[in-house]
Amino acid sequence: MTQAPKTAPHRFSSLLVANRGEIACRIIATARRMGLRTIAVYSEADRDSLHVSLADEALLIGPPSARDSYLRIDRVIGAALASGAGAIHPGYGFLSENVEFAKACDEAGLVFIGPPVAAIEAMGSKSAAKALMASSGVPLVPGYHGSEQDIETLSRAADSCGYPVLVKASAGGGGKGMRIADSAAELPEAVAAAKREASASFGDDHVLIEKFITRPRHIEVQIFGDHHGNVVSLFERECTLQRRHQKVLEEAPSSRLDESQREAICEAARAAGRAVGYTGAGTVEFVANDDGFYFIEMNTRLQVEHPVTEMITGLDLVEWQLRVAFGEALPLGQDKIVRQGHSIEARIYAEDPQSGFLPATGTISQWRQPEPGPGLRIDSGFRVGDTITANYDPMIAKLIVSGDDREAALDRMAAALDAFQVAGVKTNIAFLRALVGRPEVRSGAMDTGFIERELADLLAPQAPIAAADLAAAASAVLAREQAEAASETASPWNRGDGWTLGATRRRRLDFEDGTETHEAVLHYARSGLELEWDGAVAPLGWTLREDGRIDVFLGDRKEAIGALWSERVVELVTPRGRRRLHWVDPLGRHEAASDPAGSFRAPMPGIVQQILAEPGARLERGAPVLVMEAMKMEHTLRAPADGQLVAINCRVGDLVEEGETLAEFEADAS
Amino acid sequence: MPVLPSGVEVRSPQFAANAAAMRALVDRLRGELESAAMGGSAEARARHATRGKLLARQRIDLLLDPGTAFLEIAPLAAHGLYGGQVHSAGIIAGVGRIRGRDCMVVANDATIKGGTYHPMTVKKHLRAQDIAFDNRLPCIYMVDSGGAFLPQQDEIFPDERNFGRIFYNQARLSAAGIPQIAIVMGSCTAGGAYVPAMCDESIIVRDQGTIFLGGPPLVKAATGEIVTAEDLGGAEVHSRQSGVTDHYAHDDHHAIGIARDLVAAANLPAPSGRNIVPPRAPLYPEEELYGVIPSDLRTPYDVHDVIARIVDGSQFEEFKALFGTTLVCGTAHIWGHPVGIVANNGVLFSESAQKGAHFIELCSQRNIPLVFLQNITGFMVGRKYEAGGIAKDGAKLVTAVATTSVPKYTVVIGGSYGAGNYGMCGRAYSPRFMWMWPNARIAVMGGETAASVLGILRREGIEKAGGSWSAEEEEAFKAPIREQYETQGNPYYATARLWDDGIIDPADTRRVLGLALAAGTNAPIEPTRFGVFRM
Repeated sequence: MTQAPKTAPHRFSSLLVANRGEIACRIIATARRMGLRTIAVYSEADRDSLHVSLADEALLIGPPSARDSYLRIDRVIGAALASGAGAIHPGYGFLSENVEFAKACDEAGLVFIGPPVAAIEAMGSKSAAKALMASSGVPLVPGYHGSEQDIETLSRAADSCGYPVLVKASAGGGGKGMRIADSAAELPEAVAAAKREASASFGDDHVLIEKFITRPRHIEVQIFGDHHGNVVSLFERECTLQRRHQKVLEEAPSSRLDESQREAICEAARAAGRAVGYTGAGTVEFVANDDGFYFIEMNTRLQVEHPVTEMITGLDLVEWQLRVAFGEALPLGQDKIVRQGHSIEARIYAEDPQSGFLPATGTISQWRQPEPGPGLRIDSGFRVGDTITANYDPMIAKLIVSGDDREAALDRMAAALDAFQVAGVKTNIAFLRALVGRPEVRSGAMDTGFIERELADLLAPQAPIAAADLAAAASAVLAREQAEAASETASPWNRGDGWTLGATRRRRLDFEDGTETHEAVLHYARSGLELEWDGAVAPLGWTLREDGRIDVFLGDRKEAIGALWSERVVELVTPRGRRRLHWVDPLGRHEAASDPAGSFRAPMPGIVQQILAEPGARLERGAPVLVMEAMKMEHTLRAPADGQLVAINCRVGDLVEEGETLAEFEADAS
Repeated sequence: MPVLPSGVEVRSPQFAANAAAMRALVDRLRGELESAAMGGSAEARARHATRGKLLARQRIDLLLDPGTAFLEIAPLAAHGLYGGQVHSAGIIAGVGRIRGRDCMVVANDATIKGGTYHPMTVKKHLRAQDIAFDNRLPCIYMVDSGGAFLPQQDEIFPDERNFGRIFYNQARLSAAGIPQIAIVMGSCTAGGAYVPAMCDESIIVRDQGTIFLGGPPLVKAATGEIVTAEDLGGAEVHSRQSGVTDHYAHDDHHAIGIARDLVAAANLPAPSGRNIVPPRAPLYPEEELYGVIPSDLRTPYDVHDVIARIVDGSQFEEFKALFGTTLVCGTAHIWGHPVGIVANNGVLFSESAQKGAHFIELCSQRNIPLVFLQNITGFMVGRKYEAGGIAKDGAKLVTAVATTSVPKYTVVIGGSYGAGNYGMCGRAYSPRFMWMWPNARIAVMGGETAASVLGILRREGIEKAGGSWSAEEEEAFKAPIREQYETQGNPYYATARLWDDGIIDPADTRRVLGLALAAGTNAPIEPTRFGVFRM
């Protein structure tokens, strides 16, 4: 039994935010608006981060690793006490659902912005939570978890769940010992197979039966409770578009619920909240399909995707959390909570979809985002110059849009994604844009397996390069050069027009896209620029737009493109999609090249002491090849590049002359 | 500052006719420039490329900052000479930007007779060095040349301003603190070997560049030694053993990249600011100059209409507008640079010459560069004018032009005849740059005048001897004189011989002057010390 809390809800005037990134920034913004002094905590890696600069105070809580900083209860509590904070907001992740942390706050006399410890504990154990929910009338996935294993019992259980059913090993995991039966006729075979595998894999042939949810969707309900016994719901969110249980696109409301279904699921969520005496913000998650909805779990914190609820209700959920923590009653009763329009959130991650969505790291060198305003919100905790490391969650921003209806919101999301460009670290923006463009997503006919099934298409290689793409790339080069020459644009030397007293000048621009090199030629003609590609020549023009994009004119056609450079790689956003091209530096080919042969010449007269590599050996750059002694010093001759040792022209003990070629080496073609 | 009016009726038939005539001249110019830029024959260019070498113009375009201007010098040098095949005199030269600094680039075109030096090649190379000296521009020599063109050695080797002057200049330029950098991209044979050797720093391209005083054939003839060009003077020899070269490059691209870095690393002083203001375009399109200029050189027009299409905002502060009106003087800005303009508006009288001398004194006192717009038949002749002392007034102008230390820029926009050429800063008066419009003519006097003068002398001689001379005979005598003057006074004849730094499209006048003025700020303006003005 949990003991009664020591710290009663009360008004406080300062708030410590025990988090980082966008959520810390977002919480600080509301807290400041409410007049609270804000205190940030940070790890050594985050000293210069945005949340630290936004807060009134900030305290270092440890080294970069989250385990040694943001997850250290003692240090967070210590920081709160040291700064005189009255309360701690844990955000999401890190310590937000950590019972020990909630308890520690309570012990220290700090208001924990979250539910009572009892509610966290009740929802922390999945099986206990399910039992509690079942007793409170919240629907669970029907099934049989009993010990009777005869086929008649199992068959009855399957009949009462309704087909199809999932037969799986009680001791199971990883998909082993799992079978689906679509009908009663298939059940005996499925049970037999599952038992065989269960026995072989786990030494235990017990199986359980559960209704198999076909085409599942993820629907969750935002609830709020206060210390006066009120529990309300703030409508549902649909987060069906997931990849490996990671939400990708979230929206509110769900496009698949009618009003009576909506009321039913919201009531179930409120019932769940009441059952645990919930206070503050919580989310009750359900799996749903056309047959119904079933409780999965409850998250006892603010969710990443809470902004879509804020967009359709016009409410500030962090403000509600703080007011509940003050001990106030909920600002609105259930009947006053209304919704308008449709909202969608896309999570922008530093990750590389083309390499299995591995988290990407790097320093953000440029950041271009659509202009926030009505119907468009960006929650971000990063800015140019910030380094994305592997220490923390790779989410760098949330792009939230709203519109009168779902179609309008999707259109706005597509446009906003096109206007979003980050350089310096790989992102999933192109993947998100592909997702938003899919007809299944447009029509709402998706399930939680959609992304996994369609991954190949969503990551499809881009269309063959077109003249317009090269025009865009060439314009990006010229715009970059003009920006670099900006200090001297008044000079007749620096007009970017390649003016000459003599004959027309040309300039080759090579762009690599990973598979091939595209060679375009710029003509600095009297009449203006021209672009030659694939045997055709067309006038090329470009102008910078106020929104930072470039208007590119090729022949008599204009298109607005986004171009963002990261060193020599430009990411282009054109009406044909997103494309990354490497602009080959015509003079940069030998930057790293040294003189392979020369490195194996004796630097001075001396004696060969050791030979460390055999002729024919593959050597990495820097590998030692031989050691000679000269002028009482040892000189190690090393491979100047990756390559192959062709021959050794000396023996140990040889006295060699200065400049003598001691070995022959062939560098790999670069 | 007062704004000049447009001055012309752009919709008049006369304007259209003038424009059509000038456009035809400009079109011809463009055609000549494009064909000269091809360099050597298609076979020679292909052979050059198969050796992994870039063409001379490609090399320059890679060397210069992308998209920046290139003020090429005399691209039509040697036009019509040496059988008409030695395009650009076999050497490309001009002012361009490298890592933000104005430089002089000189590149041999090895596709034309192996990049050997004809008389005009030498003259152009020296001219490029003069420009570099006057404007303090670092020099990049992209060397790919077999040395002197032996059949013309007598016109190349021995004289004061012949081949040897190139190395003399290199030494003097270096002594003046102006970086001398060579990229050895092909042969540097015999005298040519001194180009990299005399440089402050040199780069050599492996398997491509060679430097030797005597090539393999000469070595064999002299000593019997048989050696390959590479072993005799290739990159390995000179980068490892001789130390003749300082940087070893893998190919043209690599070498060019090194050269750019060397310029950046040269710690060049920043150009002087010189009160440069933000530039403004003229109020009237520069192309309107086509219609402003009469198609017949003898038709008078108002040079204010030319100035209005060259200077910033068409603003011109005229000096002594009511005195000596055949010479228009005044201050203005071109691409933000202050300039004093001296422009002909008719034949020069004593008053005009005095006014010009006065104005040049003003500009010299105030460090304002001078721009001369030449369209001059000469000084006024006749008893009254000689008695009025036009010779001494002309001498004042010539003295002022010759001795001022401010940068001078000359554009021949019409006729350039006789002493008018001198008073208006012709080539002999060392303007920093001099260009001609395609309609211009340059000669000691006009063809018709020359024919008449010679005709009168001839008639006097015949008649004194008691003979008679029919009108037909006189015409037969005069026609070849006129023809000679027309040929030799033509701008193509002039530019072929480096009498100018190039023929320019009139619509480019403002840009060309802007580039030259900007490049000129690399050199400080020395105080002027005038000679004796005969009063």
